[in-house]
Amino acid sequence: MLNHLRPALVLTLAFTALCGLAYPLAMTGLAQALFPIQANGSLILKDNRVIGSALIGQSFVSDTYFHGRPSATTDTDPTDSTKTVAAPYNAANSSGSNLGPTSQALIDRIKADVATAQADHPGPVPVDLVTSSASGLDPDITPAAAAFQVARVAKARHTSEDQLRALIAAHTKERLAGLIGEPTVNVLELNLALDDLPAH
Amino acid sequence: MTLNGWFQIALFGVIVVLLTRPIGGYMTRLFAGERTFLSPILHPLEIGLYRLAGVDERTEQHWWTYTVAMLAFNLVCFASLYALLRLQGLLPLNPQGMTAVTPDLALNTAISFITNTNWQNYGGETTLSYLVQMVGLTVHNFVSAATGIALAVALVRGFSRRSSKTVGNFWVDLVRCTLYVLLPISLVCVLFFVWQGVPQNLGAYTEATTLEGAKQLIAQGPVASQLVIKMLGTNGGGFFNANSAHPFENPTALSNLLQMVLIFLLGAGLTNLFGRMVGDERQGWALFSTMGMLFVAGVAICYWAEATGNPAFAPLGIDQTPSIAQAGGNMEGKEVRFGIANSALFTTITTDASCGAVNTMHDSLTPLGGLVPLANIMLGETIFGGVGSGLYGMLLYVIIAMFVAGLMVGRTPEYVGKKLEAKEVKMTMLALLCVPLVNIGLTSIASAIPAGVAGVSNAGPHGFTEILYAYVSSAGNNGSAFAGLSGNTLWYNLTLALAMFIGRFALIVPMMAVAGSLASKKRLPPSLGTFPTNGPLFVILLIGTMLIVVGLTYFPAVSLGPVVEQLLMQTGALY
Repeated sequence: MLNHLRPALVLTLAFTALCGLAYPLAMTGLAQALFPIQANGSLILKDNRVIGSALIGQSFVSDTYFHGRPSATTDTDPTDSTKTVAAPYNAANSSGSNLGPTSQALIDRIKADVATAQADHPGPVPVDLVTSSASGLDPDITPAAAAFQVARVAKARHTSEDQLRALIAAHTKERLAGLIGEPTVNVLELNLALDDLPAH
Repeated sequence: MTLNGWFQIALFGVIVVLLTRPIGGYMTRLFAGERTFLSPILHPLEIGLYRLAGVDERTEQHWWTYTVAMLAFNLVCFASLYALLRLQGLLPLNPQGMTAVTPDLALNTAISFITNTNWQNYGGETTLSYLVQMVGLTVHNFVSAATGIALAVALVRGFSRRSSKTVGNFWVDLVRCTLYVLLPISLVCVLFFVWQGVPQNLGAYTEATTLEGAKQLIAQGPVASQLVIKMLGTNGGGFFNANSAHPFENPTALSNLLQMVLIFLLGAGLTNLFGRMVGDERQGWALFSTMGMLFVAGVAICYWAEATGNPAFAPLGIDQTPSIAQAGGNMEGKEVRFGIANSALFTTITTDASCGAVNTMHDSLTPLGGLVPLANIMLGETIFGGVGSGLYGMLLYVIIAMFVAGLMVGRTPEYVGKKLEAKEVKMTMLALLCVPLVNIGLTSIASAIPAGVAGVSNAGPHGFTEILYAYVSSAGNNGSAFAGLSGNTLWYNLTLALAMFIGRFALIVPMMAVAGSLASKKRLPPSLGTFPTNGPLFVILLIGTMLIVVGLTYFPAVSLGPVVEQLLMQTGALY
């Protein structure tokens, strides 16, 4: 055993230097030089202020915006550090709901969300709009979920539904080469475009 | 299920098949000590490491020496990682001011990473500093993967050598695997992932003011460099809590595809290495086919179950039907960019291998959808498997299958020219029994005591599945979870660490004894009575053996969890 101690110690140190420092630091340098935007989190700036990341969903509750999916992320309870409180789209603590398919809490939550969604648009709700994402930070909704919200946003903004449908179509990312992935609509980018629409 | 979904699954399969021979050939040459196209750059570094470490690269080791060297290395790795986690608060590169990790969580995490499990009782962005992510977790992602591959190569040498006292040199295998296989592939893929949107920086978390005027703190860091090796080394410990479901850790369908390929790449290549080293590539393809068929079966069940969705949603006024505008199905715990097909595919792959990275929350899968990852891990993660551990796990099943076949015809079983005798079969049984013993034993205890039940987040049979999944995943060195279970408690930190430790090392030592014993034997030329192990009959025998062994072991446990939950879900029961 003892004669193995030298190689064990030396190689642990050597790999720490090589794989733990040289490799990630060199990659950081290269990434910063080649892809500075992505390497720094694909941040979106407006008037020189960071308003979010193109890849990270954020919470929308106003009727004038398209809403993202329910988010199950939490934060530490400010009054009791051993507990947590709901904090949707907390990008410093990603997590899903982890509710199983036979969970009463899951069904209760979905019932409430369906009722809210159907207030402005009766009819079956696209499933992604009332189910929480795996990360709690999903930046996307499906084109179906975006279309479902058109009536509400048009009413709140006093714009035509056709104009909103055109905007959704312009912001729908189709499958790569028509084959890989799923069609998505980035909620933050769609809402930014919404704010840029000429006022009526 | 859609045609496009099946196309995406088939595309993944084709890529893996195409990469198997090139990567297998490369590794075969590498572990035979031949020069590779990277030798001009890496050979001086390799020799330098041997000199520093006092290793004579021309000396080979007896199986016992090889094993002890591996254990000594892992002991040092454990001690250094534990120290790093405990001292985190005093060390640099900690812009968020993370404090020392508690002793039980540090123990759990250190065991988790040296055993290539990467169970996450820690939440990456809320617990760990950048230094620990890099110097701690990233390093052990490399070396625990290299350890697994080294051990598998040692076992293959047992089959391929004739009357040999040695099975290779652990230090040489470890260094070569890290330098020539893991690092170069990582270097190339990191930039691809950054291009797709994975952050790679050392800055503090960014504070954003959202469109609606709220504050949002966006966690970042050196994500890409850890992400690559987490997939390639089938480690699976996420930079972020949500792992590869986090949009920074897996931003696009393309990054998702590459991550899935990286999980299977080396495991598939190793089947080809086996074939080449024993002198008949078809022996490798037979193992590949066995794995491939079990993989396809798993993905088909999981995809079907998730696409069918949750019957409890139907009366609520929810549209789960797939169309051109949505993927439909059970979207709870899934991301829109992956939909159902890529979520089911990733779930199957990550548990076929001992990766355990997730792009879907397994806890929210339908009962049968969740049974697939559970069953995959119960099969020993031998479907391409953890790097190295998948191949040696599968070869242990081969020994059992050949033993059973031998009993049926009354002949001493042999495999690729090696007689399998009492010693090999006993050691194999020892290795295959220790894992179920640990995880069924600990699951029973945890289900019966308050400290165990307290961690459960879902009531009913699903809660039992959370506990079962945790121990099966730990002892199987997978690391994925039904993550509703609150694992960061004294009970779970300690018992899961125990399960991970036994699941790794109690399997390795008898497996290495088999390697040593086989290496010392002569290789017999095939005769008329030899059972051909490179054809479909062998594949069927092997799959049958695996299903019987695993089914007999786990059927009662699985009945109490996913099976009963599926039946109750159909009746509309809720908990």
